[in-house]
Amino acid sequence: MTSNSTSEKPVGVIGAGNFGTVIANILALQRKVLLYARNEQAVTHMREAKENRGYPLHQNIEPTHDLAYLASQCDVIFPMVPSAHFRAMMKQLSPYLHPYHILIHGTKGFDITLPAGETIESIPKLTRTQVKTMSEVIQEESVVVRVGCLAGPNLAKELAQRQPGATVVASHFNEVIQLGKRLLRNDRFQVYENNDIVGVEIAGVLKNIIAIASGALSGLGYGENAKGLLISRGAVEMVYLGRALGGDLKAFLGVAGIGDLVTTCNSPMSRNFTVGYRLAKGEKLAAILSDMAEVAEGINTVRIAKKCADHYKVRALITDRLYKVLFEGMTVEVALDFLMRYPLNVDIDFI
Amino acid sequence: MEILEEKKNKNRPYKPILDGIPDWPVYRLSKNRKEFVEEVAQKTIERIKQLRPTRKQLIDELEATAYREQNRIKRNRWRVDPKDDSRFWSQVKNELVELSAKTPEESKPIEEEILHKIVLRYVNEIAGSFKPNSYRVTREVVKFWFQRLLNGARVKKFGAFFRSQYTLRDKIQIVGKVKMLRKLATQGTVVMVPTHFSNLDSILIGWVIHSCGLPAFIYGAGLNLFNIKIFAYFMNSLGAYKVDRRKKNLPYLEALKMYSNQAIQKGAHSLFFPGGTRSRSGLLEKQLKLGLLSTAIEAQRNLYQENPGEKVRKIFIVPVTLNYNFVLEAPDLVEDYLHVKGKDKYFPEQDKYGSVQLLRFLFKFFTKGSNISVSIGPGLDVIGNYVDEEGNSLDSHGRIIDTRDYFVSNSSITDDKQREDEYTRMLSQRIVSEYHRINRVFSSHLAAFVAFEMWQKKFPKLDLFSLLRLPEEDLEIEYAEFRETFKRVRKKIYELKDDGKVYHATHLKGKVDGVIKLGIENVGIFHLNRPLLLNKKGNIITKDLTVLFYYHNRLVGYDLEQYI
Repeated sequence: MTSNSTSEKPVGVIGAGNFGTVIANILALQRKVLLYARNEQAVTHMREAKENRGYPLHQNIEPTHDLAYLASQCDVIFPMVPSAHFRAMMKQLSPYLHPYHILIHGTKGFDITLPAGETIESIPKLTRTQVKTMSEVIQEESVVVRVGCLAGPNLAKELAQRQPGATVVASHFNEVIQLGKRLLRNDRFQVYENNDIVGVEIAGVLKNIIAIASGALSGLGYGENAKGLLISRGAVEMVYLGRALGGDLKAFLGVAGIGDLVTTCNSPMSRNFTVGYRLAKGEKLAAILSDMAEVAEGINTVRIAKKCADHYKVRALITDRLYKVLFEGMTVEVALDFLMRYPLNVDIDFI
Repeated sequence: MEILEEKKNKNRPYKPILDGIPDWPVYRLSKNRKEFVEEVAQKTIERIKQLRPTRKQLIDELEATAYREQNRIKRNRWRVDPKDDSRFWSQVKNELVELSAKTPEESKPIEEEILHKIVLRYVNEIAGSFKPNSYRVTREVVKFWFQRLLNGARVKKFGAFFRSQYTLRDKIQIVGKVKMLRKLATQGTVVMVPTHFSNLDSILIGWVIHSCGLPAFIYGAGLNLFNIKIFAYFMNSLGAYKVDRRKKNLPYLEALKMYSNQAIQKGAHSLFFPGGTRSRSGLLEKQLKLGLLSTAIEAQRNLYQENPGEKVRKIFIVPVTLNYNFVLEAPDLVEDYLHVKGKDKYFPEQDKYGSVQLLRFLFKFFTKGSNISVSIGPGLDVIGNYVDEEGNSLDSHGRIIDTRDYFVSNSSITDDKQREDEYTRMLSQRIVSEYHRINRVFSSHLAAFVAFEMWQKKFPKLDLFSLLRLPEEDLEIEYAEFRETFKRVRKKIYELKDDGKVYHATHLKGKVDGVIKLGIENVGIFHLNRPLLLNKKGNIITKDLTVLFYYHNRLVGYDLEQYI
């Protein structure tokens, strides 16, 4: 596929992490790309070395440290920053945005807003008024309404090697979906459509919980039966939680749900999987986190999902046990033992 | 009781924002009625051809239309229907049948002609005719008699009938952003979207518009209202256009939307009840009809498209809530609602209230105390952003945004139906939340809410229908207990008000016993069976729990149930 037009405006990517860099490279096949990094040295490095985090940068990519410049040049922007920094980034970007901008984000995490001095554990309840998906953060912080998200099995390393892969572009707006398809699709990257953006976002977030659990099973040395059990029960749990949080069933059965879930649960490369694996090997959470280069979104997700499950009265056994393992010192063996003894044997009861 | 009186309205009558009727957009529109109707018809036909591009699709659509129309004539005839309805449609049907024997070349001009004939008929039916003389007469007559009635009833002295101590203004309070509304109406085109509880709303809102000094708005009024002669007279003189909810066929719906769209583009201030129909349950509207609302968005986009580079007349959406102590049709409305909810089946609309009942109600209304208040909300742009008094759209940080940008893709304005459908949905959600914010709580709403919720709580095992079937004799609330709960919930309403989530009438702040008394006296004041009464022991009882349920619904949606 060739670059279809040089007269068209460049596309912006915010966040030069693994995923951001890889997506910038895919977009660069079609258009000029402005890639924003928060860290000035990183920008200088990218300019000089033409690479980032071990990925060579496509010649169409121009690294930048200037959000105002990026927003003035690009009508279409892909924010790819961790959920913990997402709102702060949006606050910085917001003054430069106009209603003609289109934002398609690729962040799999929740944003939470708590009263000063409170933590997720200390507040009495956590509801959807405090827990927001990234598309909701975009709309709260800026005038942009045409918002989309990317989700699906997108392991950065495999995408960079041009292995076959797929993504879902979800949005309430067809024009956003079609635009996302036009910009991202190539002979190695299939793009699917979904109009339930919130469902797709939630599926992408919740699967991180199951990924940690999958890593833990691996760490204990269990094989494929155990994993099959976890993934199928994990999918059911995601549907329950997802519905309580406002997603539609369909999103969970698609590429962003099952597709992403299976991938992450089988991927020792993924950060969430690694956390579970090392936990099962007996390491402490603090020690694991201290030597990880990028954020494992799943850990925060467990805290949030557990609190929400309590409030919305959703039975989420895996999330609940995982929470005890992560934060209350339960061992992985005890948690697994509990799940195996749990007397509920209905397979599927949500369709 | 002095403390419970509403604060006297300080507002003097507003000066008209435009000098003479000839300047009014609605007048200009009806003066050129013929051209306008033809223009709307042409554009509607273009639109229908876009939607049904092939010959087969178009013929199918026309056949479906003729079939449905003939069905309607057979099943559901109204007094306002034109005399030649039956003849017209059977002729259309015959012409369509004859088409099948013809070649495509022969039949094309005939198809066009049939389509034109149908659309023109519809647009003619929809289009209102504003008559300045009739408008003036109506206005003066209504004002004069209302004033006489009011003074005759309130001031108990000989000759009071001819005094002007009280005016409608004391009876109907207009609160909220009147100044802003007036300003916006001079800068752009206003689309007013009120809540809809009663058939009286149309007249009430007409008076409100006049008394704010605004030129007449064009209304989308249900055709069923024109069955009642007295309404028909009012509406015709106010420039109402007619909306027939029986007709669901494509040519009609497109004609209706195009009429609204073109009128808005021509600068005619408009009004529609976005709930589509009166609230059956007494709940504030949660779901709005998107069809007419979308015409405001489309009209705005058309204006930007047709005037590139120029300053474009903006369209402003103004939500309005009407707050009553009493809704004439409440018993029947809530019956409809329960019927549908309980059995999940369609219930045809009936209007049991003819001119006589209405006059009787009006008389009662003016002779007994029962105020109405109208809350004018802040202006929104067609996307739902707040606007300032100059008409600039503002984001949540108060920065000015250009509404045009919402329609821009790749640096130019594009025509994207799906996008605008989504904007319509967003706008309707904004309007609904605005309704809740500007809703004005009366003591009667609160009394109804508290009493019904207390009964519901006493019988936690019963669902709504079983609860409503309880014999009224079983229902009694100790006054002291009621008083405590009432106070508690009232306090929550103060808190909601401080958070900007609702308004309340000033009388709500009085001494609690007095407020309760006022509330109980006023809730559903003119119904045969009163929804709330005090018995001899001074406890709370009801004579009609179903109607109480209706009035109680007004405060549902604020999460107040937890404080009962």
